[in-house]
Amino acid sequence: MSTVGKRKSHESAEGHVTGKAVYTDEQRPPVGMLSVYPVLAAHARAKITSIDTSAADEVEGLVTVLTAADVPGENDTGAIAHDEILLPTDEVMYWGQAVAWTVGETEDAARLAAQKITVEYEPLPPVLTIQDAIASDSFHTSPQVIRRGDPNAALQTADLCLTGEVGVNGQDHFYLETQTSWVIPDGAGHYQVYSSTQHPTETQIIIARVLGIPTNQVVVTCLRMGGGFGGKESQANPFASVAAIAAYKTGRPVRVKLNRQHDMILTGKRHGFLGHYTVGFSYDGRITALDVDLYADGGWSLDLSPPVLLRAMLHVDNAYYIPNLEVRGRIAKTNTVSNTAFRGFGGPQGMVVIEDIVDRVARSLNLPPDVVRERNFYHGTGETNTTHYGQEIFDNRIARVWSDVQANAEVAERKVAIAQFNQTHTYTKRGLAITPVKFGISFNKTQYNQAGALILIYTDGSIQLNHGGTEMGQGLHTKMLQVAAQTLGVNLNRFRVMPTSTDKVPNTSATAASSGSDLNGQAVKDACETIKSRLAPVAAKMLALDTPEEMVFAEDWIYCRTYPSARVRFEDVVQQAYGDRVSLSATGYYRTPSIYWNAETGRGRPFYYYAYGAAVSEVEVDGFTGTFKLLQVDIVHDVGESLNPLVDQGQIEGGFVQGMGWLTMEELVWDAQGRLRTDAPSTYKIPTISEVPEHFKVQLLERAAQDGVIYGSKAVGEPPLMLAISVREAIRAAIAAFGQPDHVPLTSPATPEATLKAIDYVRTHSTVAAKSSIDPDPALKS
Amino acid sequence: MQDPEERTKRQTSRRNFLGQALTAAGTAIAAPTLIHQATSAQNMNTTQTPAPGEMAVTLTVNGKPRSLTLEPRVTLLDALREQLGLVGSKKGCDHGQCGACTVLIDGERVYSCLALAVMQEGKAITTVEGLANGDVLHPVQDAFIDNDGFQCGYCTPGQVCASVALLDEIKRGCASAITPDLTRAPQLADLSEAEIKERLSGNLCRCSAYNGIVAAVQQAAGQQPPAPAAAMLLTEPAEVLV
Repeated sequence: MSTVGKRKSHESAEGHVTGKAVYTDEQRPPVGMLSVYPVLAAHARAKITSIDTSAADEVEGLVTVLTAADVPGENDTGAIAHDEILLPTDEVMYWGQAVAWTVGETEDAARLAAQKITVEYEPLPPVLTIQDAIASDSFHTSPQVIRRGDPNAALQTADLCLTGEVGVNGQDHFYLETQTSWVIPDGAGHYQVYSSTQHPTETQIIIARVLGIPTNQVVVTCLRMGGGFGGKESQANPFASVAAIAAYKTGRPVRVKLNRQHDMILTGKRHGFLGHYTVGFSYDGRITALDVDLYADGGWSLDLSPPVLLRAMLHVDNAYYIPNLEVRGRIAKTNTVSNTAFRGFGGPQGMVVIEDIVDRVARSLNLPPDVVRERNFYHGTGETNTTHYGQEIFDNRIARVWSDVQANAEVAERKVAIAQFNQTHTYTKRGLAITPVKFGISFNKTQYNQAGALILIYTDGSIQLNHGGTEMGQGLHTKMLQVAAQTLGVNLNRFRVMPTSTDKVPNTSATAASSGSDLNGQAVKDACETIKSRLAPVAAKMLALDTPEEMVFAEDWIYCRTYPSARVRFEDVVQQAYGDRVSLSATGYYRTPSIYWNAETGRGRPFYYYAYGAAVSEVEVDGFTGTFKLLQVDIVHDVGESLNPLVDQGQIEGGFVQGMGWLTMEELVWDAQGRLRTDAPSTYKIPTISEVPEHFKVQLLERAAQDGVIYGSKAVGEPPLMLAISVREAIRAAIAAFGQPDHVPLTSPATPEATLKAIDYVRTHSTVAAKSSIDPDPALKS
Repeated sequence: MQDPEERTKRQTSRRNFLGQALTAAGTAIAAPTLIHQATSAQNMNTTQTPAPGEMAVTLTVNGKPRSLTLEPRVTLLDALREQLGLVGSKKGCDHGQCGACTVLIDGERVYSCLALAVMQEGKAITTVEGLANGDVLHPVQDAFIDNDGFQCGYCTPGQVCASVALLDEIKRGCASAITPDLTRAPQLADLSEAEIKERLSGNLCRCSAYNGIVAAVQQAAGQQPPAPAAAMLLTEPAEVLV
């Protein structure tokens, strides 16, 4: 019997389709629970001159108002640096920042009271964009550098050089369940918190910090989340903290559930990036040198920006061997929301920059971009298979996913058909692109690469499974059940997965970095192995065997491998173990081996392994409207030996579509005063079901077991998002077909407006004839 | 599609397999302290004397009359969630833009965040909680499980209700904006993928479990084989040794 590797439905499947699955705000409310409501700052940057709450006091149902003076501990929720003031004292740092919170018997009362609070400001000039920040030297950090070879010298000797700029847009998480926490004080100084958080331990630590109490006085429990995507890694903390302060002050249970508009105004998003580059390359399209500056828009506070920037710097190579590379990174400080983790965590931004560069190199040479991509792949061993930060890619599968996806998608035939279509259509053009993904797996911060689990077996043979990861729809609990059932050799229906809680498994890492299954799976397996090692002697004794060696746990039975006919039931062994006074509970622990990082030298092995994928996308672009239709998508993705192909398929499809939304339709617009103008689904467009192509085929890379990872599997949460770069590049290819350009400048996201501008550029800048003289290999043109 | 073996198990013994065993985080999650303190949603709303500014109404929800008093401005969604304790319908945006609050009123799908509760007297309101017949799931609910039409599950109640209404609209001959031939009513058997998508474009899923959702509707429409959209080129992996 094998549980791992099966297409098991999500463990909450029936709860989801019946509406019975309980999220934070779906619990039965305790008596007397209060609600909170924010008072939003009216300026992007301003001195607060006064806060007048007197009119609010007249609102029936108002219980109290929270301002900075009400914070019993430290007035700060910063995850890395203590630079994130929770309730501002003298200055607001972004438009919409919560200046005060009202606490009401009902949400209505709190809302009405919040409207009656008057805040006086003295506006200050804000810094709103990365360009503003560069001009005014407004940064959170000093520049970081990673260098390989000698890019300056290599640029001097390169056949050709290009210089350019790539802007990458941000993205709102738009988890369907907005930020939600309930805080329930017990009257004895302890706080039970239910929070929609990807990082219960950090939420626990920060609540303890703002309340000024030891961490052990706070328990944070995450039942499940209605989506996270990185947006509930650090962003859950300030709102849970506000509810905790209200509970501290009133002694009553308090809930916070942001409405959608407030969620979009108040919470950090994917970092927008700006890249400045000079690239040197040979006449045949091999990149010999790259010098690139990456600026990340950190927003008003640091949040998780340093590791996000680092991951961008470590993915600016994507799948390409660049012998001379210098990447400098810096975090801009702007008066906008504090940008944060979002699926890919900087990796996607780094990859968009290099894919933009590779496309530009290809078009400048009049070579097909996919040919130039392929020519630059990491390959062989040693130098040509080693990244710019010194990690050799021991399990390089780039060429495998690349050739598999081209075969599946029949790329060669379709290229011919597309060329014919474009010759016979003046106002609509089609484009096809293939892009690779190589994504490093492990938290950049080495200490986060650890996990714990707790298995409790009861005397009837039923089992509670606890682990440190949180469930946000990615199927982690389902996979952990499979791992536990597989390891203990018992049926899935013995288990109950417990809500993630800091009083069961302490000091956990965020469920992030795609690492949930890798880390927690090993910890769960470790706990199960411990229990097996205790049950095996009990079973051996029951079977009158001298030695507990070679006991097999399978299908709810325990037996000796050499005498399978004599066997005992799992629950009978459990009963006997209890009678023999053998412990039936065990913790499990795991830390990822062999990883290290030297921040000083920019060298190390930050990633335990890499996940690979490649996607072929074909689009049709309308030359009148700039709209595109995604016609066909084929993906080959490497998930190792999948723990659950059903879940992994969902992750790949979902990640791809979310990435497509980021790159083609999700546009965050701040106006000149720093006000977010896209604060609702009416103005901020995420993909609907209609944007998904009818032909959307996903293949898991075969024969892909990954050594040293739980049951040979691989992380899957983030890597597929970057497969969507193929959609952006396919749009660019279609735009190129409107003329014969040697450069297709396409801004992000590739909205119809951006596409029309690019088409206009292409129609007026077609200079391909001038470049054909340097094309060494016309036969490669398609 | 999920593991066929699992599907058989669910059909024979759903409650045992999913209801008790695996939905631990689903049905009985509240901590003991919460259960003791919990207010009964029913008890909270038995008062028949409206406070100033409130009205007494009786709503028929999932076949049962429910009396409550509320202000005329209260949405059906807030009445369901905050007063009747029916929290299956979700508040994703509260502006009629995401679809997570979709319920059925007299069989038609409605965004309950845009409907006023007091206007629903005398109408039959069905929420996601009212679709199953006891332990027997509605075929659309079954189809969502079979085709993995969800990830985080937060939009799922709305998706399921919208899909139930969609199928009924086809049976009643309703055209959509993209129905190719308005002289011929669309049929369940040949309902195209494009039609399904058009008719579900008012329900957002940020996890983008859209392929599974299309496949679920195809299955519930009786189409065989369902799910060209959800095709995955996969051979079942070899047994993995412990």
